[in-house]
Amino acid sequence: MRRTPWGWLALGLAAWIVAYASLVPFADAVIAALGLTRLTALGEALHFFFYDTPKVLLLLTGIVFVMGVIHTFVVPERTRALLSGKRLGIGNVMAASLGIVTPFCSCSAVPLFIGFLSAGVPLGVTFSFLISAPMVNEVALALLFALFGWKVAALYLGLGLTVAIVAGLVIGKLGMERYLEDWVRAMQATQSATFDAEKPGWAERIGAGVVHVKDIVGKVWPYILAGIAVGAGIHGYVPQDFLASIMGRDAPWWSLPAAVLLGVPMYTNAAGIIPVVEALIGKGAALGTVLAFMMSVIALSLPEMIILRKVLKLPLIIAFAGIVALGILVVGYVFNAVL
Amino acid sequence: MKNIKVLGTGCANCQNTLKLIEEVARTKGAAIQLEKIEDLQQIIGYGVMSTPGVIIDGKLVHAGGVPARAKVEGWL
Repeated sequence: MRRTPWGWLALGLAAWIVAYASLVPFADAVIAALGLTRLTALGEALHFFFYDTPKVLLLLTGIVFVMGVIHTFVVPERTRALLSGKRLGIGNVMAASLGIVTPFCSCSAVPLFIGFLSAGVPLGVTFSFLISAPMVNEVALALLFALFGWKVAALYLGLGLTVAIVAGLVIGKLGMERYLEDWVRAMQATQSATFDAEKPGWAERIGAGVVHVKDIVGKVWPYILAGIAVGAGIHGYVPQDFLASIMGRDAPWWSLPAAVLLGVPMYTNAAGIIPVVEALIGKGAALGTVLAFMMSVIALSLPEMIILRKVLKLPLIIAFAGIVALGILVVGYVFNAVL
Repeated sequence: MKNIKVLGTGCANCQNTLKLIEEVARTKGAAIQLEKIEDLQQIIGYGVMSTPGVIIDGKLVHAGGVPARAKVEGWL
């Protein structure tokens, strides 16, 4: 077994804290070095960029590392064993919660879906997992927290879980098993869900966290940089209430459904969409409308539905999309009403 | 000669896994027969839930991501 790199971990943590504490002085210093002040539009825009970029990247790195370590505890096989044979209700709550911490990639949505069903996880519970896993993920939460604060991140977490739980419950209650493709139905509850894998040591777990950071942060940083650059540009120049009349709180009732519909054909991950979200909100769009748009882009995607068509018949896909869309709409209206 | 199957529906990670195994086999001069399985029913037949998965001589040795290079070297 490899030695556990506790020393490196402590060093990394210390460096992270020091860097996070010096965000504002850093941005101030950069602006000063460029001979600008925050009183000009250019200075303000650049200050925003040099403050936000390191902040977002630091928070993302921290959260993604922790999630990488957590992933070594909750592999899909263990989640499946936990959910096997659970009743609707408690099963949905567990499935949606486990969806946050179980490693998930949309390209393995279908094998995972069948893997769950074949081990006796009920259809409605499986759907709760399938909705929660991509929508309520660590990248989305980290970015929301970095850009809008913990309240918005917590609301997104709570409402995302609620949509996943309720949508799964409804699909389960509707008894839609007959709309599974026949070969999938034949596989339901045919395998045992026992789980015994070798236990990784702490050295492996920390290693997995580092790999996860390289994987995720390495992939998304250009999008984040571009998004913040656009946001910074808008920050200094475009008028504050530019979007208020079409996406703001006083916009007509149909602006929310329109935002959700607009999100369906768009497909990107959380990292790609959140900087856009920030730009929209900065220009007067209402938070509920924007979050509904974001949930729709991530959770309802045309490519994923086409993959799911291999295992689900059309009525079940329509029910799935319809119920999730409805849930997102309710979330959007609630957000707009409360805030 | 080892028979190696990479299970996956064609995402980027599956391609990377395939390439990695090819490359390691070439540098080590190991004789392998590499296959890519894209058919869903077959993938699920092996009990794999998170792709890419790797099967060596009929035995599942890895699932859920691109394997580490050291791990691949250990197989060959």
